[in-house]
Amino acid sequence: MSDLVAKDLSMVFDVDTGGQVHALNNVNFTLKSGELLSVLGPSGCGKTTLLNIIAGFNHPTGGAVYLGDEEIKGPGVNRGMVFQQGALFEWLTVSENVDFGLRMKGTDPKKSKKMVDEWLDIVGLAGFGDIPTYQLSGGMQQRIALARCLINDPDLILMDEPLGALDALTREKMQSLVLKIWKETGKTIMIITHSVEEALLLGERLFVMAPRPGRLHKEYNLPFAERGVTEDTRDIKNSEEFIETREEILTMIWDMEEEIMGQV
Amino acid sequence: MFEFLFEYRGFIVGTIFIALIATVIWAILYGRNLIRTEKSDAVFGNPERALGGWHWVMTGVSAILIVWIYFSWDAARAFNPKAANELCQVGKLSSAINPIRSTFPLDDGFLKGTSLLVRENKQLNELADQVERLGFSDAEKSQAKETIDLMRKAIIGMTSPEYLDSATDAKFKEIVSRIDGLTAKLADQNYPGDPTAEQIAAAEKNPRWGDSGNEIPAAPASPRGYKFDAAAKEMKTITSDFSKIRNNNSNFLAQVEKLKGQIASLDTLVKASPGTDELLIANRADFVKGLTRVLRRVDDGNIFPPDALNNIQNALVKLDNEQKSQQGGLRYYDILMMPGGEIRAGSSSCSEQGSGRWLPKPSDTLRTFARISNPEIGYKGYPLLWYKMKPFGEMVDFIIPDFIASLVPGDYPRHDTNGIVTPNFKSKVRDFATGNFESFKVPMPSGHVWDSLLRVLAGLFFGIILGVPLGLFMGLSRFSKGFFDPLIELYRPVPPLAWAPLILTIFGIGDDGKIFLLFMVAFAIMVISARTGATGTHLSKIHAAHSLGATNRQILRKVILPNSLPEILTGIRIAIGVCWGTLVAAEMLAGTTGIGFVENVARKQSDYEIIWTTIIILGLLGLLFDLMMRWVIDKFIPWRGKG
Ligand SMILES: Nc1ncnc2c1ncn2[C@@H]1O[C@H](COP(=O)(O)OP(=O)(O)OP(=O)(O)O)[C@@H](O)[C@H]1O
Ligand SMILES: [Mg+2]
Repeated sequence: MSDLVAKDLSMVFDVDTGGQVHALNNVNFTLKSGELLSVLGPSGCGKTTLLNIIAGFNHPTGGAVYLGDEEIKGPGVNRGMVFQQGALFEWLTVSENVDFGLRMKGTDPKKSKKMVDEWLDIVGLAGFGDIPTYQLSGGMQQRIALARCLINDPDLILMDEPLGALDALTREKMQSLVLKIWKETGKTIMIITHSVEEALLLGERLFVMAPRPGRLHKEYNLPFAERGVTEDTRDIKNSEEFIETREEILTMIWDMEEEIMGQV
Repeated sequence: MFEFLFEYRGFIVGTIFIALIATVIWAILYGRNLIRTEKSDAVFGNPERALGGWHWVMTGVSAILIVWIYFSWDAARAFNPKAANELCQVGKLSSAINPIRSTFPLDDGFLKGTSLLVRENKQLNELADQVERLGFSDAEKSQAKETIDLMRKAIIGMTSPEYLDSATDAKFKEIVSRIDGLTAKLADQNYPGDPTAEQIAAAEKNPRWGDSGNEIPAAPASPRGYKFDAAAKEMKTITSDFSKIRNNNSNFLAQVEKLKGQIASLDTLVKASPGTDELLIANRADFVKGLTRVLRRVDDGNIFPPDALNNIQNALVKLDNEQKSQQGGLRYYDILMMPGGEIRAGSSSCSEQGSGRWLPKPSDTLRTFARISNPEIGYKGYPLLWYKMKPFGEMVDFIIPDFIASLVPGDYPRHDTNGIVTPNFKSKVRDFATGNFESFKVPMPSGHVWDSLLRVLAGLFFGIILGVPLGLFMGLSRFSKGFFDPLIELYRPVPPLAWAPLILTIFGIGDDGKIFLLFMVAFAIMVISARTGATGTHLSKIHAAHSLGATNRQILRKVILPNSLPEILTGIRIAIGVCWGTLVAAEMLAGTTGIGFVENVARKQSDYEIIWTTIIILGLLGLLFDLMMRWVIDKFIPWRGKG
């Protein structure tokens, strides 16, 4: 399959007030096919910017991103995106949302009906197909967003704080779901989060980003995601190794935030 | 078909009136009870507090109806239909008294003589001021001043009691005794005796109150009515005699004669040396005319010594008190049940004046409504809303543009030497497109309401199908926004009615102009609302659609359009309202059918019932449209505000 390669990625925004913001500065990394990457960093360090560039919504001002041999020049079906919230089409029902991508491609309705049922089953919403989306809870909506993205069978799944708006319990369940899907489908997944715990648990690899200019600060390879597939996530979180890493990263981000505050 | 309703309208309106009052009382009690028993009312500011409350709806509607029924005297007519006839007789008496009455300071004013005096003196002062400015020679000036002084003296001659001649005084005394006599007769139970046969016949021929427009039956029909009617007749002769009395004392007459001579000689003097300035000549002539005019008024002899008329005034006050007490309960019925307005007697009939005129009774309005709703009557020979069998060809003519015939190659056939025209294909196409062929008939709606409706719907239709796409593109493309924005923003702020004269001149007074005007109105609104909808699409939705593989076209149709639907529907709702307003006004400007036309004609004839009927039709139609739009909004965009 195809790897995701970022080469000298830079993004400079011109701000209305006249200055420039270096949202990304010389970011280089390679994400191998099937890897699960989580990205952490203080607010405003360029995580969303990075994701938008990979998704093809924005063009970098310097450098390029390649998926396999192809340079990313715009949005495409091979990269699915799950947003923090609000990206469902509220005028459609659950199943119409899920098979949106298939309909755009003109897939045979019978075939897509079957796929929708399968995916609704996977995300635990079997039987909810005909309900209007605006009647669903936040957690359910995120699961639909996940199913809608996955049904298109993308090579790379990009998630921007997908669980940020959920309560703790739902969040834990969703984390297990993501792990399960990752394991079963073997997709490459890149997930942005603000929760260190989540980043540790859902990251086979973990990037910590630093602001001004936005850059990769530190990289970790972690065992927890692999363990999470089989073990109970609660146990992992209570393991000593987990706690140690968590404290280390928390301190790091804390220091960065202090620094930012100091600057201001 | 509504005849029986009309027949028993008094009873019906009375019952309804009482029922409405009962409803209001019940609803208020019910509402209070509800408040008391409600366990947990939401805190202040919670919109839940505004939910429900249908009993307040009933109260509100009832209150409006009560006010209308009461204020338009419908209740008065329902409970005592004869009152108006009696009040008409009372009105006759007071209109007979009025000429004398208005001479006296009874209704908060000056004595007539006083105000005449003040006015004439003011005029004389103005004339005196002018003397210096008219370029008179010294001789002319002194003559003019002398005349003015004489005139002042003549007026004083009228006001001083010593000059009042005995003949005039005797006439005053006679008037006083006649008025006193009338007062006594009013108090007399037997006055004026039994009604004559003609009177009884006339009373029987009386129409009922409101049977013909605003008319109130004028012939007296009750003892009290006969009394006031007779008193009015007698009063009329007194009044006419009084108005003939002049202040003719010999001193005054001599002065007037002298004055006439003075003015005449001044006139010849002034005319003898006119000068050259045309303006000045005109001013001098005016000056003389002014003097003459004052003299003529003074000559009327309507100014009397200040206390000469006191006895007449006292007699009038007595008469007034007597007639008030003779009215008895009627007076209180008038004050209580006929607010805002009064019944006035004209020369041949009595009518409601004041709000009673411009606020017709609900029952009469309903009858008018029922009458002009009848397709056989309609308004101006055209029904309000009905159907008509129309040949199918007319519809073809309407739908298929005539110019397609010109697109067919070849020429139209020419008549041959025998004068016969053989149709060819081109002429047949033309016949078809213009609906000029034998066809079956189909029922089509027609009528004033339908015409207005059709215009609004057509204008809206074109506004929507052209405005929505343009609005969406303006929300999405820099070119369309930049290019079309000035165009729309320049014509939109102009009030639609300001366009009406231009457009009606260009398109004529038929449907085309009105539809185009409404199209302009709807178009601007639809463009703006569709544009707002398009720009308001959440970016993440567009991103999601992109990464799900949707093409630009698909995003437009499947994401941006549905996302703009709430704004578009709200826009349509607003556009309907504005279109109605514009249409009615445009129909008033020009046209021969439509609700606005009906209302305009009714306005010219002061036919308040028809005016109110059209207002009510418009209100109901507006309500209907709005309910429909609300239903559509609830049905098609239940997700609104929940994204
Ligand atoms: N369209 C834009 N125009 C100008 N500046 C921008 C724009 N988008 C982002 N930025 C700036 O780029 C920087 C990075 O923004 P970004 O949204 O990527 O941060 P983030 O890491 O996702 O933050 P958060 O965790 O709060 O979501 C910020 O300083 C932001 O102000
Ligand atoms: Mg972000």
